[in-house]
Amino acid sequence: MSANLPSHEKAIPWIWLVLGLLGACALPFFITNYHVFQLSMVLTYAIALVGLNILIGYSGQISLGHGAFLAIGAYTSAILMDKADMPYWMTIPIAAAVCLVVGFLFGLPALRLEGHYLALATFALAVSLPQLLKFKHLEFLTGGVQGIVIMKPEAPWETLFGLKLNSDRWLYFFTLAVTVVMFVIGWNLIRGRVGRALIAIRDQPIAAASMGINTSMYKSLAFGVSAMFTGVAGALSAILVAFVAPDSFTVFLSITLMVGMVIGGVTSLPGALYGALFIQFIPNIADQISKAAPWAIYGIMLILFMYTMPTGIAGLLRLIGQKLRPTHP
Amino acid sequence: MKKRQFTLTALCLSLAGFAMSASAQKKYDPGASDTEIKIGQTMPYSGPASAYGTIGKVQAAYFKQLNEQGGVNGRKINFISLDDGYSPPKTVEMVRRLVEQEEVLLTMGTLGTPSNTAIHKYMNTKKVPHMFLATGASKWNDPKNFPWTIGFNPNYNSEGKLYGQHILATKPNAKIAVLVQNDDYGKDYLNGFKDGLGAKAASMIVATASYEVTDPTIDSQIVTLKGSGADTFFNITTPKFAAQAIRKVDEVGWKPTHYLNQVSASVGSVLKPAGLDKAVGLISMLYVKEGSDSRWDNDPTMKDFKALIKKYAPEVSPDDGNATYGYAVAQTMVQVLKQAGDNLTRENIMKQAASIKDFQVPMVLPGVLANTSPDDFALFQTIQMVKFDGKTWVDFGKPVTVK
Amino acid sequence: METFIHQVVAGIATGGVYASLALALVMIYQSTHHINFAQGEIAMFATYMAWTLLNAGVSYWLAFTCTILLAFALGVLIQRIIIRPVENAPVLNIVVVFIGLLVILNSIAGWVFTYTIKSFPSPFPKEPPFGLHFISSHELGSIGVTLVLLLMLYGFFKFTPLGLAMRAAAQNPDSSRLVGIRVGWMLALGWGLAAAIGSVAGMMIAPVVFLEPNMMSGILLYAFAAALVGGIDSPGGAVLGGFIVGILENILGAYVIGTELKLSVALVLIIVVLTIKPAGLFGKVIVSRV
Repeated sequence: MSANLPSHEKAIPWIWLVLGLLGACALPFFITNYHVFQLSMVLTYAIALVGLNILIGYSGQISLGHGAFLAIGAYTSAILMDKADMPYWMTIPIAAAVCLVVGFLFGLPALRLEGHYLALATFALAVSLPQLLKFKHLEFLTGGVQGIVIMKPEAPWETLFGLKLNSDRWLYFFTLAVTVVMFVIGWNLIRGRVGRALIAIRDQPIAAASMGINTSMYKSLAFGVSAMFTGVAGALSAILVAFVAPDSFTVFLSITLMVGMVIGGVTSLPGALYGALFIQFIPNIADQISKAAPWAIYGIMLILFMYTMPTGIAGLLRLIGQKLRPTHP
Repeated sequence: MKKRQFTLTALCLSLAGFAMSASAQKKYDPGASDTEIKIGQTMPYSGPASAYGTIGKVQAAYFKQLNEQGGVNGRKINFISLDDGYSPPKTVEMVRRLVEQEEVLLTMGTLGTPSNTAIHKYMNTKKVPHMFLATGASKWNDPKNFPWTIGFNPNYNSEGKLYGQHILATKPNAKIAVLVQNDDYGKDYLNGFKDGLGAKAASMIVATASYEVTDPTIDSQIVTLKGSGADTFFNITTPKFAAQAIRKVDEVGWKPTHYLNQVSASVGSVLKPAGLDKAVGLISMLYVKEGSDSRWDNDPTMKDFKALIKKYAPEVSPDDGNATYGYAVAQTMVQVLKQAGDNLTRENIMKQAASIKDFQVPMVLPGVLANTSPDDFALFQTIQMVKFDGKTWVDFGKPVTVK
Repeated sequence: METFIHQVVAGIATGGVYASLALALVMIYQSTHHINFAQGEIAMFATYMAWTLLNAGVSYWLAFTCTILLAFALGVLIQRIIIRPVENAPVLNIVVVFIGLLVILNSIAGWVFTYTIKSFPSPFPKEPPFGLHFISSHELGSIGVTLVLLLMLYGFFKFTPLGLAMRAAAQNPDSSRLVGIRVGWMLALGWGLAAAIGSVAGMMIAPVVFLEPNMMSGILLYAFAAALVGGIDSPGGAVLGGFIVGILENILGAYVIGTELKLSVALVLIIVVLTIKPAGLFGKVIVSRV
């Protein structure tokens, strides 16, 4: 956002945001509970994609293993709810903290590697975590292969402003609130010192180092923060689905996250939302198009998106926005 | 006076008759109507468990043919089977769609232990019949706490127990090695097996090796198990790994008494790829007829089955154990629907499912009857142990009742 | 002791499986500087093509040769039609295209051939070599085939002008164009050769693990690790890496940590190796001067 734009141009994005938020709040009362559940899942993916974006887009690293942090966040939440009888909303910040630490600790050694080697290291994380979750000596905590069944939280009030609340709607609003908070945190991070340092490290690592930026510390921090976002998403999804199991967190999930991020638009906060919509709904649409080989349709769509929108959906929308904006003399 | 009495009595009788027929009127819950019955299902058509997708395909073909022949009690079956990729969150999403959007009457044959665990509570809270689960985990037989869930497969736990008891009875000094898939299903079998061996389990089992579904081979595990010096082998593996194990055991020159779990007992999809000669002597359990068994060549239901898949699902092989299994489940479902008649409420469906009396499912082995009662939802209580003779499974001993 | 030797030999046998796919990964990397995640699926698809030919009654070696040629053509076609539009796109976009390709091939294979396992014949004798039970003739033969491929690949890149041109095209496309190298066709050739190598790998692997659409997914990770441990630009390193990974996995599983965590520990060890030797055991270290 350039400071040279006249004030009414700066105001436009805010109007869209407010309208969007109001629309999002009104939505659950017009659609079925099942769709409300789906949208809640979309929001959790969006939070995870913001996290991934911080790492890959702004920090220039790669991760093929972020599903692992979804798992850690989800299991943290599930274990606390199941074994410590903790209320669901309290588990979210704890899951965030756990993932921040784990991500940072993983990043410290792993980020000595670059490119393909880092990809392998993150891939290894995604592959090992389900094994750890099934490990018999950790079974008392993780439930082993059986996973953990959680009680789905009920809405605290019967009605809100005269409109009926049920578990799905309540959880949707809860998820929406957390999403807004996480997006705001993400936005501040990217616009602030940390974000600028990350972009410097991404684009000119050697120059950044010579400017006194502690590259390895910042890179590990980026990993930790990105893991934190994904952990929050995982915790939310555990509450929504009310069940966690090692089978829920396969390598394909990690790959899906990365695909969602690229399709949504790298280095773009709204891109996280578009990407989340893509990974939630496109497989269902593909299934409707072809029952015989739905994933082939999905793959074709991936490739077509990359041909037509190399900067992602967010990039495309940005281009359209630029073309529509009247040019200044 | 008499005439008036007569008309009054006649009026009363006809009114009573009217009232009776009113109570025998059609009753429907969402998903049922005069013309159709909606049945939902989730099945892994993609992902690591996609080989089981055959089950859903055969069932879809069965219902399609049934509809062409008039359906059940004049109603067509609208069978909606969705892919969940064996991922529990996806199962939850798809089942919610089936129940809340498609408004199915019931679900049939949802596959996978973790997938079904994820929707277990939901189905019972929503009071939607969660029927004939395609998994043998022991937790599905719990009518007191989960009255809307009824399994189909004979219990994995009971089958494992049966083998354990058999070894105790026939080879009390056996040294046992176990290969087990590292998930819920594998653990269920292993626990039952240990129960069957009782106090001697710890001393008799000399080696246990596990593997992941994502492992490429289990060669190393077989080498370890052979090296333990065991003379008996309990093979708890799914089809692909069972075939690998049977072949590798032969390759390394190990000749134990080899027990194979029923899940992988299919001649067509496991023993043939492994090599029929290598599978001689294998001990397992059967309850569904095998397509490759020449005993059933002239059996009417087997002939129907082979004609069905030839016409509607030609890519499916008649030797595939999953195919005959799917057929058997569909037949049982139709029986329950027939019993329900015009009272197609969810409550009545469960009532009928809980009162199956000595029903011989045509695709199930003769003599293995389906029986349920309100406190016991386990359909098949008798299991027939079988031994492989190089061509087909041969009955081995008498049918055993398991609980 | 006998079991230990058996584990090591079994590790070499499974390692051979990883090594053959790792060779295909190295091939594609050396010619395009990308790691193609869809390589496993291309190999799987080629193996299904072989299976179709064999089922139609074609003799083994004829089917083998035809498959290699078909796979080569498939690789070239994929590069020219699907990959070319995104050649100059950011790496992440190319990765997404690879993933799309992976998913398409897997899905189509499942649709056409179903997911039930199929047996695939081996050209090698059924009896174990020298009557020993440590390794089957097929596994021994596959290792031999992999080593032959390795020698051919090594010779191709080191001693032929075409190999040199391919390496140049991958390392520095602009300068290569200036020298008259048709970069576009070099890339296509690289893909074709990688697909061909992959098809051989698939035909050697299928008799061991049984042919099914998901056959390569477990192996791809090991092959990836093997290629990186050995050095992504060194064919010999990749093959050696494959054997190392195979033996390591078996020994860890049997003696150290048990089968439940052997993959995790193996990967951790590999990553530790990579932190010490970032370019792999035999890879070239690129020093960038500031």
